[in-house]
Amino acid sequence: MEDHNVETLILKTEISGLIMPNPTMLASGILGSSASMLREVANSGAGAVVTKSVGLKPSSGYPNPTLIQVDCGLLNAVGLPNPGIHKFTDEIKDLIDLKIPLIVSVFGFSPEEYAEAAEVACDAGAKAVELNLSCPHVKGTGSEIGQDPKMVKRVIKIVKGSVNRPVFVKLTPNTARIDLLAEAAASAGADAITAINTVRAMAIDIETFMPILANKFGGLSGAAIKPIAVRCIYEIYRVVDIPIIGCGGIRTWMDAVEFMLAGASAVQIGSAIALEGLSIFKSICNGLYAYLEKKGFRSVREIVGLAHKK
Amino acid sequence: MSVWHIKNNLLRIVRILRVKPENPHVKTLTFKDDLCSSANPGQFIMVWIPGVDEIPLSISMVHPDGLASVTVAEVGEATKALNSMRVNDPIGVRGPFGNQFEVYGKRALIVGGGTGMAPLLMLIGRMLKEDVKAVVIEGAETVNKIVFLEELTDLSRMHSDSIKVFFTTEDGSYGVKGLATNLAEEILSEEKFDVVYACGPEGMIRKVYEIAEQYSVDMQASLERYMRCAIGICGSCVIGRYRVCRDGPVFSKAQMREMGNYLGKIRYNERGERVQI
Repeated sequence: MEDHNVETLILKTEISGLIMPNPTMLASGILGSSASMLREVANSGAGAVVTKSVGLKPSSGYPNPTLIQVDCGLLNAVGLPNPGIHKFTDEIKDLIDLKIPLIVSVFGFSPEEYAEAAEVACDAGAKAVELNLSCPHVKGTGSEIGQDPKMVKRVIKIVKGSVNRPVFVKLTPNTARIDLLAEAAASAGADAITAINTVRAMAIDIETFMPILANKFGGLSGAAIKPIAVRCIYEIYRVVDIPIIGCGGIRTWMDAVEFMLAGASAVQIGSAIALEGLSIFKSICNGLYAYLEKKGFRSVREIVGLAHKK
Repeated sequence: MSVWHIKNNLLRIVRILRVKPENPHVKTLTFKDDLCSSANPGQFIMVWIPGVDEIPLSISMVHPDGLASVTVAEVGEATKALNSMRVNDPIGVRGPFGNQFEVYGKRALIVGGGTGMAPLLMLIGRMLKEDVKAVVIEGAETVNKIVFLEELTDLSRMHSDSIKVFFTTEDGSYGVKGLATNLAEEILSEEKFDVVYACGPEGMIRKVYEIAEQYSVDMQASLERYMRCAIGICGSCVIGRYRVCRDGPVFSKAQMREMGNYLGKIRYNERGERVQI
């Protein structure tokens, strides 16, 4: 039962062959560890959902505190808890009838592990995979691999050789040159780039003199990192032709528009769900639609990268 | 644009002001925090034990002058560390979070197990204020695992028109011998109540839920899951399509019906694996 009204046509988004009813997506790491919750997010109006990152082996992640609030954002070090990709296929299979694309985020401690996790995810029914090359707080994976353009290339090449679904790559802002990481990703055959993951950060309690997160270091998200994300997307858009999915501090439709003007074809929502609840997907879509109509655009595609043309 | 601020979520460091042993395994810790002191029955807070862990706990009592209490059973490393803390030791608190028990009707049945009595104790206080009568059943394995024995006995003496309290122990060492759920079923088969409230081990809650369905009486229960963020984004505490931290911790009978086997039988553990309860 497809809806063919004007809003649907204007907001319809395609990323590497994946058709989304709108450009809002659930960001990885948020609510994405169970089929029932991913379905709830889909029912709330997201255009696509990305699961929490899953690796080959089960892990409990870090002890609490794993998430604390700081000025203008959240600081987290959850530590990639996951049931292992083989068990996680139960959740993926439960979502086989999902009306929007299910993207499974995977990580590994070697290029081969990324490939194996991606393959199992796709075999179970993932419509695409997003490679977590950017988690800033787990040793031996994420940004430790993703900060090196050569490693980024290697991981993508091996994954692309193992799966026949689109491969998205989530990049880290914890680097001096995110454009080089993006170029490496595109040249290795990545189908889209997600930018950005959290910014490596820390908070210390002045009463107990202790870093608050159990892992001491964590990743900063929320409004605090939004201008960093916009700059990263702008830089990436200049050097690659593949679609960019913007992420980092998006809370309102104005934020979404700003990300798209910088070059994002879609946007991921995460921390702001803590503020706005799951209705955030619909409210961003409503605002975005009204903006596009008022400005005379016929498709959301028309504003992607517009800030570069002036 | 409003400020980037999640309600009650900023971490506050407070000092423990009082430590009261409730039984050999359970202590009530009191501290000063205005936000916690304004909590409603059923709401919970996250308590940071510096260097050890951060855990969700129900508020068990609020007092004048901004004081609040949590009642803690030693079940693991974190609760053991918390219960070995002394007066003036620092803990971190954020919250209160979540919804609350809704008080309505004229007469309620309250069924609690162990430290599940914590939010129910606050609920009883609220019911007294709103002039709702209550029959309270607290179940424990044995006499020295009963929580709030003194408080509940005093309350039922002081408000004998409003509150009736029963204790059940599995070994018969105090009160009625047997399970709280058996007594609950007996009472429900003979008397009419507007609502049943429950908190405790989930097996007990599921049994109370089944009894409530059988006798067609309304019900609310406070549920518990492994928790991380407490603000509705990490997905650790999901039950079906609900987040315990944000949509709960108090759930209605209709919501529990919807949970199916996720009530009392299956949960997600800290790795995100589906495991038997």
